[in-house]
Amino acid sequence: MHAYMPYVLAIALFAVGLYAVAVKKNLIKIIIGVIIMHHATNLFLVLVGYRAPEAGEAMAPVAPSAAQGAGVEFAARSVDPLPQAMVLTSIVIGVSLVALMVVMALRLHEKYGTFDLEDIRDLRG
Amino acid sequence: MPLLVVIPLAGAFLVPVFGLLDVEWACHTLGVVVMAASLLLASHLLGNTGVNVTWVGGYAGEIDPESLTGVAMVSDGLSRLMLLIINGIGLTAVLYSISYMQRYTQVELYYSPLLFMVAGMNAIVLSGDLFNIYVFLEVAAIASYALVGFGVQSEELEASFKYLVLSAIASGFILLGVAMVYKETGTLNLAQIAGVVREAGLSRTLWLALGFFMGGFGLKAAMVPFHAWLPDAHPSAPAPISAMLSGVLIKASGVYVLARLAFNVFAAQAATGALLMGMGAVSMLVGVLLAVQQWDFKRLLAYHSISQMGYVVLALGVGLSALAGGRQTIGHIAVFAGLFHMLNHAVFKSLLFLCSGSAVYATGYRDLKRTRGVGRQMPFTGFCTRIACLSISGVPPFNGFFSKLLITIVTVWAGHWVLGGITVIVSFLTLLSFNKVQDYMLEGEPAGEHSHISESPLPMLTAMGILAFMCFATGLLVPLYRETVLGPASEILVDGINYSSIIMGG
Amino acid sequence: MRGMTLIVKTTISFLIGFITLFGAYIVLTGHLAPGGGFAGGVILAAGLLLVVLAFGADAVRERLGHRLAVVWESVGAIGFLGVAVLGFAAGTFFAHFMPRATGFRLLSGGSIPFSNLAIAVKVAAGLFGAFLMLAAFREAGRREE
Repeated sequence: MHAYMPYVLAIALFAVGLYAVAVKKNLIKIIIGVIIMHHATNLFLVLVGYRAPEAGEAMAPVAPSAAQGAGVEFAARSVDPLPQAMVLTSIVIGVSLVALMVVMALRLHEKYGTFDLEDIRDLRG
Repeated sequence: MPLLVVIPLAGAFLVPVFGLLDVEWACHTLGVVVMAASLLLASHLLGNTGVNVTWVGGYAGEIDPESLTGVAMVSDGLSRLMLLIINGIGLTAVLYSISYMQRYTQVELYYSPLLFMVAGMNAIVLSGDLFNIYVFLEVAAIASYALVGFGVQSEELEASFKYLVLSAIASGFILLGVAMVYKETGTLNLAQIAGVVREAGLSRTLWLALGFFMGGFGLKAAMVPFHAWLPDAHPSAPAPISAMLSGVLIKASGVYVLARLAFNVFAAQAATGALLMGMGAVSMLVGVLLAVQQWDFKRLLAYHSISQMGYVVLALGVGLSALAGGRQTIGHIAVFAGLFHMLNHAVFKSLLFLCSGSAVYATGYRDLKRTRGVGRQMPFTGFCTRIACLSISGVPPFNGFFSKLLITIVTVWAGHWVLGGITVIVSFLTLLSFNKVQDYMLEGEPAGEHSHISESPLPMLTAMGILAFMCFATGLLVPLYRETVLGPASEILVDGINYSSIIMGG
Repeated sequence: MRGMTLIVKTTISFLIGFITLFGAYIVLTGHLAPGGGFAGGVILAAGLLLVVLAFGADAVRERLGHRLAVVWESVGAIGFLGVAVLGFAAGTFFAHFMPRATGFRLLSGGSIPFSNLAIAVKVAAGLFGAFLMLAAFREAGRREE
């Protein structure tokens, strides 16, 4: 169980975000909920890539100078860089998503004068 | 093959530049040219048989021949079928937009996301890498969010926001699923994941990831209980966008990925089959029951999209459970029926949305009660509407009849009597609701305010005419293209987990 | 949008050089250290934003306006696609067409630095354009009051 604690944290964060999206009525709080969910997923993704070292500290995938041993050993020992690349892409996607949501919320505020989801209920059925 | 993604992307990037120069006709022509080029490429790819793999950047087996680090673009039968659908419907939508979008300003803001969406979908069906699918799924989805909220009326914004939030949640689930798969298998390549599953079976983490994928992609495909965004989002978009969304996006980003994951990657399991059948059946019922009471034409069409997608998912589910049980013939036919219905639905649903757009263009109303007798004033539109209504209701000799019949037959043959009965009931209810449409839109005396309307402009008519012709052709000419298009597509899915050996061996 | 005080303006005009330098550094060493196109582009966009915030949108509208954002965004995007298509020249799509020198040096890494550069341009222009649009919202809202 101790080894899984970081993952539990990420899932708990995801659940918090989901709660915010499902329950809250204010548009801005919903947007923040989506942001939290996205960050939780990114956190989970980064945690997946951790490679516990046998000796010494965990090695980050930062290329050292050419003198300090390169090649296959570096690739095997360092923390897995692939999830980090995935998270970078995911953050970009999240940024554009949030930008779009904020613009929608602003425009909704222009039209309806309120951020409350209860009042923005033209479509039904 | 990568050109299929690059060309729409290049078009999407160039359009804003043209818009800046205030040359509107350039945007239109660029859109048409790009889509035509994509369609040509897609049909050119039809000439290839079997599975073609292109490694982006030539990364296959460079560092370590065993690990195959690299992003693969895979074109197989199913991808080619989807490419035809995406680019074909896209071309008709762009043709239609030439005149429809005259009513809107800022045309470059329309073509750019449209081309992004097409590029994204092309990449989804061509990718052999799980994370690649996710990235381009997001690209296509974000482009569609922008397009849904395009004309900034209040209800369109609300619909777009709801769609945005729900779809973002789905994407979050999908990304979590991807992370779990990566943790279990250590790779993102679809073929390698399939290899791991083939050797070791499905662990608990993979089951959980599969569940997340079903939920996330089920939302993208508008399955019940994840369907809530569709009836608001699809009517609010401009008509050609509704056609693209309903006819293509929910297939490419929802059903296609579901099928690919369920059949090829996670190895046909009985549980996934049962789940797909359940979701499909419930979607069919709920969709059509809610559709019958609608008076807004486009909302009615949106609910029917849910129902018809239920048909496709049901057929795929029947095939999946048949394959899991070892009954190859039934599985093969069920998959074939599902893909066939997917193709048909793309054609006639897009046609329906384009016809509704024609009515809106002329009268400004979407409500059926207000558009009485429009078909009398606009004969060609009325003709196309009638063809589309008959197709979706499953009346011979149009394409809907053949695919629905096949689905019903194979469901009953596989032993699911209740589900077969449900398909028949749903088909009847579909006929009922489209009877209502035809009654109100096409028959009846036009109201006074509509006496001055005339037929729609030529580009819109051309697009509708092409699709109407396809309704005939895809139905009657099945023997012609069964071998080249539909056959290989269903075979790839039926091959299931053996697909991975083709990729890794090649 | 009005600008800020003289202190802020002087500080920003001094700092903008360093910020741009830092952003360029992040972009160029993207294949060696964390960073790369996106992160460097964000820093460059932040630099541009600082200029707009400090000097007021009205003062800089001609040179840092909406038109610039759109054009440079397209340039960056086409540049990225160009790098990808030029990969054809070296074999398959997106291959490295610059020779890969000894590892971990600045000039190694094939065609990745070029794509980093294109991405940075696009991200900077895109984020800046998005900020301009949001600022235009606020301006429209304020005019109504």
